[in-house]
Amino acid sequence: MSTAVLETDGLTRHFGGFTAVDKVSLSLSAGARHALIGPNGAGKTTFVNLLTGALSASAGTVRLLGQDVTALPQHKRIKRGLARTFQINQLFAELTPLEAVSLAIAEREGLSARWWKPLSAHAAIAAEARALLDGLRMPAADAASATAGLPYGRQRLLEIALALALKPRVLLLDEPAAGVPPSESREILDSIAALPREVAVLLIEHDMDLVFRFAERITVLAQGAILAEGEPAAIAADPRVKEAYLGEAAHG
Amino acid sequence: MLTVLVDGVASGMLLFVLACGLSVTLGLMNFVNLAHGAFGMAGGYLCVVLLNQHGVPFIPAVAAAALFAAALGFVLERTLYRQLYGRDHLDQVLFSIGLVFVMSAVVDWLMGARQQLITLPAWLQGRWDFGFMTVGVYRAFLIAVCGAIVLALHLGLVRTRFGARLRAAVDDAVVARGLGIPVTRIFGVTFALGSGLAGLGGALGVEVLGLDPTFPLKFMVYFLIVVAVGGANTIVGPFLAALLLGVVDVAGKYYVPQVGAFVIYTAMVVLLLVKPHGLLARGAAR
Amino acid sequence: MSAALRFALQALFWGGWAGAYFALPEYLPLLAQIAIIALFVLSLDLLVGYAGFVTLGHAAFFGLGAYAAGILAQQGWGEPISGLLFGAAVAALVGLLTAPLVLRGGDLTGLMVTLGIAMMLFEAANRMAWLTGGADGLQGVEMWEIFGVWRFDLFGRTAFVYSLTVLFLLYLLARLIVSSPFGLALRGIKGNRRRMEALGTPVRARLVAVYTLSAAYAGIAGALLAQTTQFVSLDVLDFHRSADALLMLVLGGMGSLYGAMLGAIVFMVAHHALSELTPQFWQFWIGIALIALAIAGRGGMLGLAGRLLARWGGR
Repeated sequence: MSTAVLETDGLTRHFGGFTAVDKVSLSLSAGARHALIGPNGAGKTTFVNLLTGALSASAGTVRLLGQDVTALPQHKRIKRGLARTFQINQLFAELTPLEAVSLAIAEREGLSARWWKPLSAHAAIAAEARALLDGLRMPAADAASATAGLPYGRQRLLEIALALALKPRVLLLDEPAAGVPPSESREILDSIAALPREVAVLLIEHDMDLVFRFAERITVLAQGAILAEGEPAAIAADPRVKEAYLGEAAHG
Repeated sequence: MLTVLVDGVASGMLLFVLACGLSVTLGLMNFVNLAHGAFGMAGGYLCVVLLNQHGVPFIPAVAAAALFAAALGFVLERTLYRQLYGRDHLDQVLFSIGLVFVMSAVVDWLMGARQQLITLPAWLQGRWDFGFMTVGVYRAFLIAVCGAIVLALHLGLVRTRFGARLRAAVDDAVVARGLGIPVTRIFGVTFALGSGLAGLGGALGVEVLGLDPTFPLKFMVYFLIVVAVGGANTIVGPFLAALLLGVVDVAGKYYVPQVGAFVIYTAMVVLLLVKPHGLLARGAAR
Repeated sequence: MSAALRFALQALFWGGWAGAYFALPEYLPLLAQIAIIALFVLSLDLLVGYAGFVTLGHAAFFGLGAYAAGILAQQGWGEPISGLLFGAAVAALVGLLTAPLVLRGGDLTGLMVTLGIAMMLFEAANRMAWLTGGADGLQGVEMWEIFGVWRFDLFGRTAFVYSLTVLFLLYLLARLIVSSPFGLALRGIKGNRRRMEALGTPVRARLVAVYTLSAAYAGIAGALLAQTTQFVSLDVLDFHRSADALLMLVLGGMGSLYGAMLGAIVFMVAHHALSELTPQFWQFWIGIALIALAIAGRGGMLGLAGRLLARWGGR
């Protein structure tokens, strides 16, 4: 257990009488490649929001790098090495990708309260932002134009770039390729495959191809609770999972 | 003491009639309409003109005021307001402040800046003496009329098909359209209804609240309190808020006149802080 | 826009002020007021234009600064610079204390709480006539020489140079702030608050900071008005002042410091030019302008100029 970087114990969230996440205990070890799957409405995104602190838990605990962070607000958890992407883009329409990534880097470096020096005087930030976007194969012209005008695939890539800019220890990817046409999805899949090994990744995903290509361990969530957990081969063979999820996908 | 209470209830009911349209536009439709009071003002002035210059009897004049404000609301909704649905709050704030300025300026130009006075018909003047308290006849009339409106609204919104359609349209305009609900027309009619009620309140309120070109701005805070404190999902919430406000306001002016409107503004801020989601329960859930 | 053109336009802007000093000596009191209002709109821009927080009660801080500086001078301390700082401090303190209240609920609640607080202050100033002079205004404000050298003269020369200098210095500071990481974080909060939270930004703390900063700026503007006119009337706290400032900001173009200042200049000049006409007439057209700006979108004059320049440059 000492190697777990992110760990939940009995994590629960009620909305009124409805239990969206029901006593979920999950553990991510350092460098994990873990996928969280489940049918629509299984509570995956709510679970992510509980992990980051965007929602507060009704019961249970979240431990990050060995410390209980259940009571911490979102921004303090992020500062301890947690980062996420969003299923639906959460970007800055008026900023360029370079500015947005610089913003994330400045935040990581604890400079966002600094008002007495222009951003342009922090040369290292601009250089790092450029290198990060280059590494994700974002064309320089796109990196310098307003986000709102970029193709959807590039915006998805920026979603990931903003999370990577925080240099997280634990990365939560909420359906990173959602809605991206196959012609544009390559860069995104490549960027996920190329994530540094020391980062533990929790991938929330619908696309089974991606899950089985990427994950070394899979947790299946159904109706807010854990249905099964194990190696990909075991999950693929599990009849309960087939019934609850893969069966549904086969019908669809 | 009881007299103050009755006066407070009467002015609270009046406030409710004035403000309930706003509880739909602001509370349900999430539109920051700071110009709501302008419809009350329009109704009030029409009533004054009909009474004083054309000798129209009181009841028809009040009814005409309500219809006039409703028509004005309908036209403005169709031409201007609808363009700002879904826009951000700053646009709506600018627009509705602009509308207040224009309407106040027009009224000022036509009628002058002075307070408008009316003479109530004889049957509404005087007081009833019950021994332990006296009640102004007009106050009792206000309570009866406004009470009937509250009841009608409550039954109308909760029980009728129109109420259900309005709630559907507000909840999700796209889905409602898909179900064949005439969303645009429902918004228009609702807006007209709210404006008409404001006009009615403005007309009935000339004697109680006063009427001059600053009316929309002066009472803007009162209306906002009613909506903010009362919440948007029921008729009952804003109604209780309006009653409370009316009683506090009248009692404040009666017992501690030296602090004046300060009481009301303080009450607004405090109530908003204690209950910040009275209004925003919907907005926060998005 | 090229850097050279940008620099030339900025030089033209500030040069224009300096030129007005010599060209329009009889208008110096008006010009001083324009500079003061430009500073007030600049303060609003920091909050509304950059951080995206809409307030209906910014006059509260203008009025606080005005009364603070005015009362200080009336009570016998007429030194201008410390008076400005005092006005800024009082406004900033109230801003800091009320920021948690204003930011507590959603943005609709914020709108109403800012409005309510401004209304409370207006009523308080109205009722506390022993301190503020109430509806008659604060009389007996006596200012000393600036740095013991420049006396406030009848022609408004000192008032103009003083106001313009303060505007220029605070513009420079604002420019530094909006181009800093803090300024970028504000634009991020305006653009997407959820993402800023997910980046680990303590959003609320940033908003409290900019609210306080904006209050201090507005307080200095108010203090300048009290010192240069040596009088404070209740209308420093009027709702109209908050609404007019929003109009000026939107007219000039939000989220750009020059937009804020240009909006103030155009508004004030138009107001002066039309003041011969009846006040209703002015109010009517202001209302029309607000409606038109709200419906047509909020690029303002700078946005329009930018589009024209882009088209011109593209040829």
